[in-house]
Amino acid sequence: MAKYMLIMRATDEAVAAYAEIPFEQVIEAMGKYNESLMKAGVMVAGEGLAPEPGVVVDFSSTPPVVSDGPYGETKELFNGFWTLEVPTIEEAVEWAKRAPLTPGNKLEIRRVTGPEDFPADNEWIQKEEEWREQQAG
Amino acid sequence: MSDARRSVEAVWRIESARIVATLSRCTGDFDLAEDLAQEALGEALAAWPDSGVPVNPGAWLVTVGKRRAIDAWRRRGREDERHAAIARELDSREEETWDPEEIDDDVLRLVFIACHPVLSREASIALTLRTVGGLTTEEIARAFLLPVGTVQQRIVRAKKTLAAAAIPFETPPPDEYPARLSAVLSVLYLIFNEGHSASSGAEWMRPALSREALRLARVLAGLVPREAEAHGLVALMAFTAARFPARVDAAGDPVLLADQDRSRWDRSLVALGAVALSRADGLGRGRGPYALQAAIAECHDTAPSVEGTDWARIVLLYEALGRIAPSPVVELNRAVAVAKAEGPASALRIVDGLAVSDALEGYAQLPGVRGELLSQLGRWDEARSEYERAARLTGNDREREVFRAKLRALDSTG
Repeated sequence: MAKYMLIMRATDEAVAAYAEIPFEQVIEAMGKYNESLMKAGVMVAGEGLAPEPGVVVDFSSTPPVVSDGPYGETKELFNGFWTLEVPTIEEAVEWAKRAPLTPGNKLEIRRVTGPEDFPADNEWIQKEEEWREQQAG
Repeated sequence: MSDARRSVEAVWRIESARIVATLSRCTGDFDLAEDLAQEALGEALAAWPDSGVPVNPGAWLVTVGKRRAIDAWRRRGREDERHAAIARELDSREEETWDPEEIDDDVLRLVFIACHPVLSREASIALTLRTVGGLTTEEIARAFLLPVGTVQQRIVRAKKTLAAAAIPFETPPPDEYPARLSAVLSVLYLIFNEGHSASSGAEWMRPALSREALRLARVLAGLVPREAEAHGLVALMAFTAARFPARVDAAGDPVLLADQDRSRWDRSLVALGAVALSRADGLGRGRGPYALQAAIAECHDTAPSVEGTDWARIVLLYEALGRIAPSPVVELNRAVAVAKAEGPASALRIVDGLAVSDALEGYAQLPGVRGELLSQLGRWDEARSEYERAARLTGNDREREVFRAKLRALDSTG
């Protein structure tokens, strides 16, 4: 088993088009989708990002430049994610295909790293794990 | 394996329970439905690599299954009411849509039939993994280190047994419900344990088996949300699985709880376990055996170290567990907790009681624990003979190595 993140991106046009769909309908479609993930026992986490502009910290220069978000030049907005625990990336893809999304939206599927991806004896890795432990405990 | 084949298998894992459940309801025949579903899967494997995965793959598979049902009945000359109903449905070309409530009921019936008490445990395990879990026969065989033919036979025989006993495709009546649900929970827990008490062979597949059992337990808890022990089982599995990443070292040797690198424990599973346990508690019916064991596992999972563990609380939880589900193994575990909370002398009294009762005759952990307590009390010679006994009794090579290491440690101190 591995964790995969389904990262939602959308063009400005897609975001605008999505905003045209009655909110109730969006909630219902997303609710049904999330319920199906939960019922299948594969859902680990999921969050949506609010549509209002955020702030971007750009590391192209030193010190980094802080500007109003979202991304400036990029044409796609990152607007939410799901984390699923499934045995193969193919299964993550099959779940992704079922998401109630409209044209102009994309889901990028990436494996989430776990402790096995890092050297266990690294001091900073250990510190991070301890920190996670405190958060969870 | 080709990408297309992997996609078909991924779809199958997601859809199989609902497909078999739907076909069982339509045909009223679980045995036939399982065959039909497998035939549909075979067709998908043949067609999808060229045609691509259909937009609604579940509906596609159900439709194929229904067509095969019609064929099968025609061959057997059994063109009755059900046959006519399915034929009408297929003619109307209505896409199979899943009414969430109805499909949940069907999947629950499927779980109950796969874990029916007329079946042996082995048969239930194979049938549950295949029909509810969507694992292939090959995957099940690999997970249990069995020849594929053996698993196939188990499934065929299980279906024959269900057919011969004319087991209906339905949820059990209220008077049988608690016992039947507890049979389901124990099948899932057996699958889970098979995955994590691995002693040999394809180790890499084993944790995956436990995670599959956890997934199935989450599915079940979703189907019977008012059943506290279903949530208790999810919690127990999650808290136990959280420690998997630290259970073996780089060489694949087991690492004892005391020596595990706790930073490697999976915190997201600890969090999942805590949610499930609070759901069980929230139902207000008190804790059953799974929830109590989960609470014990949670004490370990949230402790910073062995010394920093709330052993007094663990002792209380074992006492509660011993009251509702008394067993000598629970007593032995209570003794281990008592040793940590109060010291080896009180623990030894419990263990000696068990040794006298013969209830754990032949169980390697009994002399193992007794040896540990005796050595803490400085009774080296007695400790040595207990460890020797434990090493003789265990069937697990790696566990034997643990006892031998303790013997060597004794030799260097005593």
